Amino acid sequence: MHEWALAEAVIKTALEVMKKEGGKKVVEINIVIGKLQTIDMDAFNFALGELIEGTPAESAKINFEYENPVFKCINCGYEWSIESLDKLLGEDEIEAIHFVPELSHIFIKCPNCNSPDFDVIKGRGVYIKSIKIQE
Amino acid sequence: MDPRITIIKDRLSSVKRIIAVASGKGGVGKSMVSTGLALLLSKKNHKCGLLDLDFHGPSCHIILGVDKLELIEEKGIIPPTINGIKFMSIVHFAEEKPVAIRGKEVSNALIELLAITRWGNLDYLIIDLPPGMSDEALDIMRLIKNQEFLIVTTPSKLSMGVVEKLIKFLKSMNANITGIIENMVMTESNIVEEFARKNKVRYLGKILYDSELESCIGSIECLLKTKFIQNLLEILEYMKSLSC
Ligand SMILES: Nc1ncnc2c1ncn2[C@@H]1O[C@H](COP(=O)(O)OP(=O)(O)O)[C@@H](O)[C@H]1O
Ligand SMILES: [Mg+2]
Ligand SMILES: [Zn+2]
Repeated sequence: MHEWALAEAVIKTALEVMKKEGGKKVVEINIVIGKLQTIDMDAFNFALGELIEGTPAESAKINFEYENPVFKCINCGYEWSIESLDKLLGEDEIEAIHFVPELSHIFIKCPNCNSPDFDVIKGRGVYIKSIKIQE
Repeated sequence: MDPRITIIKDRLSSVKRIIAVASGKGGVGKSMVSTGLALLLSKKNHKCGLLDLDFHGPSCHIILGVDKLELIEEKGIIPPTINGIKFMSIVHFAEEKPVAIRGKEVSNALIELLAITRWGNLDYLIIDLPPGMSDEALDIMRLIKNQEFLIVTTPSKLSMGVVEKLIKFLKSMNANITGIIENMVMTESNIVEEFARKNKVRYLGKILYDSELESCIGSIECLLKTKFIQNLLEILEYMKSLSC
C-alpha cells in the first residue's frame, strides 16, 4: 500500500509547519488529489486516520479537493484534460502512472498531434493546499 | 506545498553512507562502477542499496541481469533484493519503455521515488547518476544533504575536460567529493593522478580496460570473477580505510 507513504508525507509536513509556526494543534488540512495518480481514497483515508492518532493533528479536519489531469502539448500547444483514465488505459498502465505519474508520457499522447512531449499542468498527484494551525 | 519533500530525509535516515557515482561524461563506466560497488559491498555482508537514477538510460538492471521484478508494497515500496542488494530503478515501473521526460518532470519522478521507497537500515546506498550536471544530480544535492560524490573518468582529455567542470561545480556547492576513479585504463600514465592533484581531489585508483567485461554483463556470478571487479575491490578497500 503506497498510499501510506504519501499519507505519511502529508501528516509529517503538516506537523512540521505547525512546529515552525509555533502552533500547538493542526486544525485543518486541505489536500488536493490530482487524479492522474489514481489514489485509492479508502487506503489513503485509513492511513491518514492512523497516522494522526496521538499527534497534535489528531482532531484535524481533513478536506479533499479533486483535480482532473490537464495536459498541454509542448509540440503544438493543444490543451486537454482527461476525466477518467480507465477508459483510456489498461490496468498495468494505470498502475505504473499511480506509482510515478511522469510515466504517463509513455502511455498518453497529445490528441491533436500525437506527441508524448507535454506538460502536466494540473492534477498530477497529492499536494497540500493549506493548513490551519491553532496557536 | 509538496508533502513529499519533508519525508525524504526520513526515508534515508537509517542509511549510514550515501555514495553518488557521477561523471561529466557518459560511457565512462559510472553504471558499471555503481553496480560493481553494490555487488562487492553486499558480498562483504554490508547492507547495501542501489538506486539507478538515470531515468533516460537506466543500466544497472541490465548489468545485474534482472527483468521486471515484483514490487513489495508495504507502507510504501520495499525495493526488491537481488543478490543481497536492495535495488530501486524506474524500470520496475516503466519496464523497457523509453521515458521521455523533461527537467521538472525528472525532478518530480525522482522526488516520488525517494518519497515512497523504504530502504530500511543500510550501511551503504549507491546512487547511479546520469552524466554531467543533470537534473538528477542537482536534485539529489538539493534533497539529500549527507551524500558523497564518487567521480569516474577515463584517462581521456575529453572526459577530464568535462569532469573538471563537474568538480568545480560540486565544490562550489560545497558537496563532499570522495575522490576520482580512473576507468578503462589501457596504457601506463599518470595523467589522471595529476589531474586529481591539480583539482585537489583524492585519486582513488585505476581500473584497467577489461576485454572480458562485456561478456559478463547480465551475470552476477561472471561479473564477480572479472578483473574489473578485482580492480574495483582494491579501490573499495582504500575508500573504506578513509571512512570519511
Ligand atoms: N574497465 C572497463 N573495461 C572494459 N569495458 C568497460 C570498463 N568499464 C566500463 N566498460 C564498458 O563501457 C561501457 C559504458 O559503461 P557504463 O557503465 O554504461 O558507463 P556510464 O554509466 O558512465 O555511461 C559499457 O559497455 C561497459 O561495459
Ligand atoms: Mg550509466
Ligand atoms: Zn500536440
